[in-house]
This record gives sequence, structure tokens and C-alpha cells, in this order.
Amino acid sequence: MGDDTGLMTVLLAMFAGAIRVSTPFLFVSLGEMLTEKSGRINLGLEGTLVFGAMSGYAISYHTGSPWFGVLVAGVAGSLFGALHGYLCKLPKVNDIAIGIAMMLFGTGLAFFFGKAYIQPSAPRLPALSLGGWSDHPGIRQALEINPLFLLGVGLAVLLWWALKNTRYGLVLRTTGDSAPAALALGININLVRLLATTAGGFLAGIGGSFLSLYYPGSWTEGLSSGQGLMAVALVIFARWNPIYCFWAALLFGAAGALGPALQSIGISRGYHFFNAAPYILTLLIMIVSTSPKRSLKGAPGELSITK
Amino acid sequence: MSKFQLNRRSLLQNSAAGILGLSAAGIAKSAFASDLTVGIVYVGPRDDFGWNQAHAVAAAALKEVPGVTVVEEESVPETIAVQKSMESMINLDGAKMIFATSFGYYKPFVLDAAAKYPDVEFRHAAPLWTDADPKNAGSYFGYLDQAHYVDGVAAGLSTTTNKLGFVAAKPIGTVLRNINSFLLGARKVNPDATVQVIFTGEWSMPVREAEAANALVEAGCDVLTCHVDGPKVVIETAEARGIKCCGHNASQAPLAPNGFITGAEYKWETIYKNFAADLAAGTVLPNFTGGGFDVDFVRSTPYGAGASEAAIAAADAARADVTAGKPIFTGPINKQDGTPLLAAGANLDNYEPSLDQTDFLVEGVIGSIT
Amino acid sequence: MADTTETLPLTAEKGRFSETLERVRRSSEYVVMPILALIVSGILFSIFLFALGKSPVDFFSLVWRGGFGTSFSWQNTLARSAPLVFTALCVAIPARLGLVIIGGEGALVLGGFAAGAIAIPLIGVVPSYVLLAVMLFASMIAGGAWIGCVGALRHFRGVNETIASLLMFYIAVSILNFFVEGALRDPSDPNKPSTAPIGSENMVGFIPGTDVHWGLLVGILLCGLLYLLMNRTTFGFAAQIAGGNLRAAQAQGLPVGKLMVISCAIAGACAGLAGFFEVAAIHGKANASLIAGYGFTGILVSFLARHNPLVIVPVAIFLGGIAASGGLVQRRMDLPDATVLLLQGLIFLVLLVSETFYGRLPFFRSKGAQ
Repeated sequence: MGDDTGLMTVLLAMFAGAIRVSTPFLFVSLGEMLTEKSGRINLGLEGTLVFGAMSGYAISYHTGSPWFGVLVAGVAGSLFGALHGYLCKLPKVNDIAIGIAMMLFGTGLAFFFGKAYIQPSAPRLPALSLGGWSDHPGIRQALEINPLFLLGVGLAVLLWWALKNTRYGLVLRTTGDSAPAALALGININLVRLLATTAGGFLAGIGGSFLSLYYPGSWTEGLSSGQGLMAVALVIFARWNPIYCFWAALLFGAAGALGPALQSIGISRGYHFFNAAPYILTLLIMIVSTSPKRSLKGAPGELSITK
Repeated sequence: MSKFQLNRRSLLQNSAAGILGLSAAGIAKSAFASDLTVGIVYVGPRDDFGWNQAHAVAAAALKEVPGVTVVEEESVPETIAVQKSMESMINLDGAKMIFATSFGYYKPFVLDAAAKYPDVEFRHAAPLWTDADPKNAGSYFGYLDQAHYVDGVAAGLSTTTNKLGFVAAKPIGTVLRNINSFLLGARKVNPDATVQVIFTGEWSMPVREAEAANALVEAGCDVLTCHVDGPKVVIETAEARGIKCCGHNASQAPLAPNGFITGAEYKWETIYKNFAADLAAGTVLPNFTGGGFDVDFVRSTPYGAGASEAAIAAADAARADVTAGKPIFTGPINKQDGTPLLAAGANLDNYEPSLDQTDFLVEGVIGSIT
Repeated sequence: MADTTETLPLTAEKGRFSETLERVRRSSEYVVMPILALIVSGILFSIFLFALGKSPVDFFSLVWRGGFGTSFSWQNTLARSAPLVFTALCVAIPARLGLVIIGGEGALVLGGFAAGAIAIPLIGVVPSYVLLAVMLFASMIAGGAWIGCVGALRHFRGVNETIASLLMFYIAVSILNFFVEGALRDPSDPNKPSTAPIGSENMVGFIPGTDVHWGLLVGILLCGLLYLLMNRTTFGFAAQIAGGNLRAAQAQGLPVGKLMVISCAIAGACAGLAGFFEVAAIHGKANASLIAGYGFTGILVSFLARHNPLVIVPVAIFLGGIAASGGLVQRRMDLPDATVLLLQGLIFLVLLVSETFYGRLPFFRSKGAQ
């Protein structure tokens, strides 16, 4: 196999991987972005994601409708989000700690009730074939795209626009940037944060349902490899910008495909590190792009992790 | 080490025939007569659709034995936790027999517990027991590489690109042995066949398994198989990509209605049923029981739609050969780096103990261990 | 985490006796509130069990029996709590500075790996106390450097320590696997990639009369030492001031960067020690079994102990007891493994929420402060 063919294989695999693997990252990071824009952080989205994956799969199995499963996963996620939002508004309660507890709690619930759904085969989400124009089977395969991916892209653009140009966006940004200023404007800070966290949970639940209902497309307890937590990192280097969230999610997806793709062309030495590429890459990007001197551009001023 | 291996080899052949010498040490027959509590420890959830479930389903045979109570504990990690869980079964539930079903339980945990509780019998699901180990410990195992060899034969006749793909969890002896046997099966009927292996690094990592399967398809493989805890994702990905596949661990035939050829399955129920019969009869369980097709410890999944006439015929013949004891490893075979493993005319017995210690891939396998 | 300090503002105008009484009454809040929280989570969990048709009474009596009810249960519990003491310290020390480190598991893994790796050329060459001392320091240096880096990244680059420590956990695992499955793999055991075994004669033994290794005692002593460090030394006070308000501390000229890096390094060294004891007292070698989740349970322990090193010991024993009884609950009540996870999550949530009631219940309220 020539070098060019090998390189092409890897690039194509990373391109395809970016599209396949990025969707949960995209949804969870958009959800986390919304939450953080309001001035709170939710580390519990990992638990939300896992519960969303389980509940979506279970509902799809029982009703035969994967889309209904997606919806229920979102609703379940928003319940987790609302609980997080409600608990964090209590005085002296730390949002990071609550997040860790919610992660444990959500994962525990998902594993507890998910036992019965590991084996059954539930109807999966369909794919749209957008690669009909190409003769290359690899490209055609890469462009077998799930509607949720497109929905996520649309949502990223919509959120980007809405944050900048709508009253809701302004209220959310003000709440996150400066609680005193928001109070002065007569904004109900707790309500805004509650709603933002609930919406964030909704999106994380949908991200989870993508894992179980499309790719890799089954419910197991090992399904999430920390996607929910990684999304928190992803939001930081996406600078709380929904469009950047999209690019960052694609990058994560591509990095995740790197290890297997290199092994497929015979480069196996050090595969452990290639497999860890998304984590190494994130850390490097965070080291390069942050600064101790000034707050990050776009960082909500009220956010505990950037204070 | 080699001395024990020789001993074990002869033991193995004895055990297949159901005759066991060494094990009786100090255990009165009456210990098993009635009201026996048996503890089973699993490394993951009992319903994982993979390794643990295969054990749990088969071990249900023990529950049928009158007077036997089975207590089970799942998701016990390979740490001090497993030793304490086994001791807890002994101390709090009165268990007199323990089945430890995960590889990493053996050393030091099963060995330590066996030394500490000489009146409790321990059996561990991997070919690790030697006669230097406590006599109240033991191993039971199915040699799945025999079934992977048969898969390889069928796969070798099913590929048009001559590239077979193997998604593997970790480069450990058992896994490497399965990969080698798969390749040897394929080469037996198709000398141009190669096996491309991708290690995921984890026993269960669904997203990476799916990526690995996709990457193998991109690299031109048109038959996939795997050795991971839950093969569901690999098989479904192969089916979705429109290529053929061979299963692992349990039957995945329903997951790939178009491309499924056949699969390598453990048949733990044979082993656990034998154990149940021994318990009912009040005999001591063998210290080492292992085997393949010959003793019905492994099986091939019934052929799916992906199996051609030629593949079925060749695979059936290969299985008959292996059952009859015809060796899988027949020379000349080189290791991956070109050093000879077997000269022309030489061969290795299918139960050759050194194969349990496989630390190499054979020539024709693409992908390295490190 | 600024509000987790033990010191309370004193009301000076009272007489000495009533002042003492007042202090005792207000300090009792720190004992009564967690107990109340435990009771509330117990009630919530009982409702959950009841809704599933399981008996809460059975459940809690099994938790008691499995965790604390017999002398064996205590051994089981203590054996499981030993690593938690160290990993909880890895969270508690940086928490004084307001840092949330969730990647202690990475320091444990690397600490264990360093201990196993550095032992390889020394096994059989040096006496066991030298070997163990070298391994001990290696594990502390590796763990300390790892989390120390997290502190340095936070101070010098502004990288969030929570995320960085988590990312570095995944990287630590790949380092462990790379070497253990590669260059440092012990060729004699191809089935469980590990470093060379240090040999049973070199291993850390048990506390006499128990099967709990010396690590537990070391952990308890370490908790005492670090309590003194954080509460009775200039370093500790400086750390607390910095934790209260980072900018103010900087303005006062406190060496915040140094405090952060040193606290994180101490924290990492603690987690590294957990790895050392896993290798030197349990496994006898470094392998992937080091990744058992102790680091993550340690987060829970530290938060429940409100990051107070002295409280970590009883909390670690409490959670060790829940873990120890988990098996019994599974065996007797047919509840899945996730039950313990769920109970832990619930307790964690309720305890965090209980923070909000400090100073708000009438009984504990300071009369002078009204």
C-alpha cells in the first residue's frame, strides 16, 4: 500500500469519523455552553448523557419510534438539568460539586434501570444519504448523515444568532456576565439560570440518545467514554461560541478516529497515545489558548471556573 | 514452568475423559452431598450481552441441582475487592465453592483465597491452574481459537479483497491466539489472505469499536470479526457497511441478517452442566477442565446468509478435522517478524500449553502488538 | 470551597464558660448536619426501594451486616477504605485553595506504575526495605509531579484544574498501558500485561491480626499530618486565605502560585501512595487493574468530609462499608450492582444540599450574632 493511499485512508477516516462521532459532543457542548452563559457550570451532563442514552433506547424499544426516544431522552435530560439548576440556587451550594454528584446519580439511575435494555434491539435512527454524487464508496459512506447532526449544526447557528441578536440572548449573557447588572435590569437571575440549565440538560439528553440510537447504536454501560465531561473542556476552548462549539466537536470526532485509522494502515506502535488523541489535543489547546493574565474572551464573568 | 506445563498437558487429556487424579486432596465426598452454596463472581454486569452474560446464562445449570444454592455478584473489579467478595460469600453466605469468571482474578486473588480457605473449592475461568497451585483451586476453559480457526476458513473463502479485519481489545495471549488461528484458517483455504488487526485497548469501548470497524472497511477489509467483550457494535457496523462478518462469544446471527457467516462461541453450558452433574453425584470437580470442539466446550454459530456453499463445506470439514485432533498450527509458519515458528512438516498440538502463552502474531497478520 | 473551614468567628463579649458552651453547640452542627443528611438520604432511598417492591429494612440491615456487622465485615470494609483515604486527600488538600481536582485516579495510576517500573531492575538485587522505599518515593514523585503539573498549569497558564486533571487521567492511562503492554511488559505472563512481579517476600504485609495492609495506618497518620499542616502552620493558613479570595491573597503578597503547585503536588503524592500500596501490598506488580475507580470515589469521600483530613478517615470507612456490603445486597436482594452507585450519588447530593442549612437551623444559631 503506497503512502498516498495510506494518507488518504486516514484523512477520509478522520473526515468520516468527525461526522459520525461529533454529534454527541456537539449537543452536549451546546447545552453546556447555554448553561455556562448563564453563569453556572454543570459537570453533571455526563450523567445526563448516559441517562439520555438509556432512556432514549428504552423508549425506542417500547414504542418502536426512535424519534420519540430522542424526545424522551431530551425531556429526561431537562429534568436532570432543572434539578441541578434548582439545587444550585440554594445558598452555599457549590455548582461544581453538585455536578459531580449529579453525574454519579444520573449514571447510577441509568445503570440501574438500563439492565433490561442491554440485550434487546431497538429501532435505530435513520440516516440521510447525501453522498450520492460521489463514486467513491468511502465518501458516500462518510456522507451517510444522521438528521440529528444537521439539526445540531442548525442549532449552533441559531444559538449563535440568538445570543447576539435577541432579547433572550441579551438577558442570558447579562446574567452570566454580571449578576449585579442583571439584578439592576430587573432580571430574575435564578429563573434565567434554571431555564438555561434545563435547556442544557435537554440538549445533553439528546446527545446521549444519539449514542444509543445511531452511533455506535446500542445501549451498554460502557457507552460513554466521558463525552459529557469532555464537552465541558470543549466549551472552554470554543470560547462559549456556538459556532466554535461545532468546529471543536468536529475536531474531537476526527481525533477520536485517528487511532483506529492509523492502525488500519498498519501504524500501530503507540496506539494507546493515538487513542488518547482527543484528550491530549484538548489539553494542548487549553494550554496554548488560555492565559493567566486576563479572563478568556467570551467567558461569562460569573462562571466559577474562570474566575 | 515447562515441567508444570508437561504435567498439565497430560492432566488436560485426562480431564477431557473425566478422570481426575490430583484434586481429591483432603475433601471428603460428603462435603458436596447436599446444601451446598456456590458463589459466582463476575467482572462486569451479568447482562452485558457478552462474556459475563455467557457465564451467567450457562451457570444457571448449577441452580437446577437439588440442594445447591447459587449466590452471584457482578461488576467486581480485579482488585482486593474480588478477594473480599469471595471471602464475603464464604463467611457470610457459607459458600463452599466459588467460580471466579474473570481472567485477572486468578493471580493473586483466587490463589490467596484458596490458600486461606482450604476447605472451599475455587474454580477459575482461564487455563491458568498448574499443579504447583493449591489443590482446592482449578481452571476451566474453552479453547475458542478452534472456533476462530473455523471462522477463518469460512472467511478466507468469503473475501474478494483477501483482506480480513479483526477488532481486538488487548494484545494478550488469548486474544493473540484467536487472531493467529483465524489467520491460519483463512490461509489454509486462501494463501493470499491477510488479517488486519486493530486493538482498541479496552474490553468495552463501543464508540472506538465502531470506529475500528469502519476503519477496517475503509482499508479494504470485506470480512470482519472481533474479540471484545460485546461484539454487538462490530457486527452491526459490518452489516451496515454491507460486508460480511463472523461472531464471537455468543450468537450474533440476528444482528447481521445479510452478512453473517458463522461465529466462534463458547459453550460454557457444557462445562457448568458437567460441574452440576459432579456436584449432584457428590464427586469433586476436576482441577483442570478444558477443551474445544472435541469435548463440546466451544461451537460454531449456525451459518448465516453470508456463508457461501463453498465456505460452509470447507468450514464443516475444518471443524471435523479439529474435532478429530488435527492440528491448527501446521508448518511452515513464520512469526510476524519473519522468524520461523514451525518448520515445514512440524506442527503444534491444539492443546500445546505454550500456545496459552502466545505473545506473537503470525506472518500474514497486519498490525503490531505494541 | 471557601466555606468549609473549621474556624468560626468568635463572639468575644461572653463569659468563658458560656463561650465554650456556645462553641460546642455551634461545632456540633458539623456532626449533626451530616448525620441528618444521611438520615434524609436513607429515607429517600427507602422510598425508592419501596417503590420497587424491595424491603428497605432488609436493605439497611444487609448494609450493616455486610459492612460492619461481623469481624469479617470490618476487615472487608477497612481493606476497601485504605485506598480511599489517600485519594480523598488528593481532593481535600487542593480544595483548601478552592481547587477542584477530579483526576486523582491519574496520579494513582502513574504512582502505581512508577512503583512497579522502578522496581524492575531492583528486584532480587536490593533488600526489600530498600526496594519498598525506592518504590514509595517513586510513586510519590510521579503522583506529585502529575497533579503538581495541574496546579502549575492553573497558575501559570490559567488552565482550569478540574478539566485538566480529568484529561490527564486519560493520558495517564495511556502511559500505563503503553509501557505495561510494551517495553516494560513481563514476558513470563502474556495474558495479563504487567510489570515484573516484585515477589511475595518483598510485599507490604498486613497489620497484625487483620488482613488489612499497612497502607490504612499510613493513610490515617497522613491524614493527621496533613490536618496539622493545613490548620496549624503558616502554609495552611496561607492556603486558606488564598482559598477564601485568590485576588486578595495575591494583593497581600502571598505566593499563590507556589501554594497552588505545592498543594497539588502534595495531593498528587497522596494519590501516588495509593498506587504504591496497590502495587506493593495487593497486586505485586503494576497493571491495568490499578484503574479501579478509587480516585473517583475519593472525590466523594473528600466532599462528604468537607475536605477535612481528619474526617476523611471515618467517611472513607463509611463508604468502604457501603462498597463492602454491596455484594451482600446483590446476592441476597437480587438488586443490580448499580444500587450502590445510586445510593452514593443520592448521599452525595443530599449532603451537598445540606450545606445550605448550616447556620439556618435555630438550635445552632449563635445568639450573639443575631
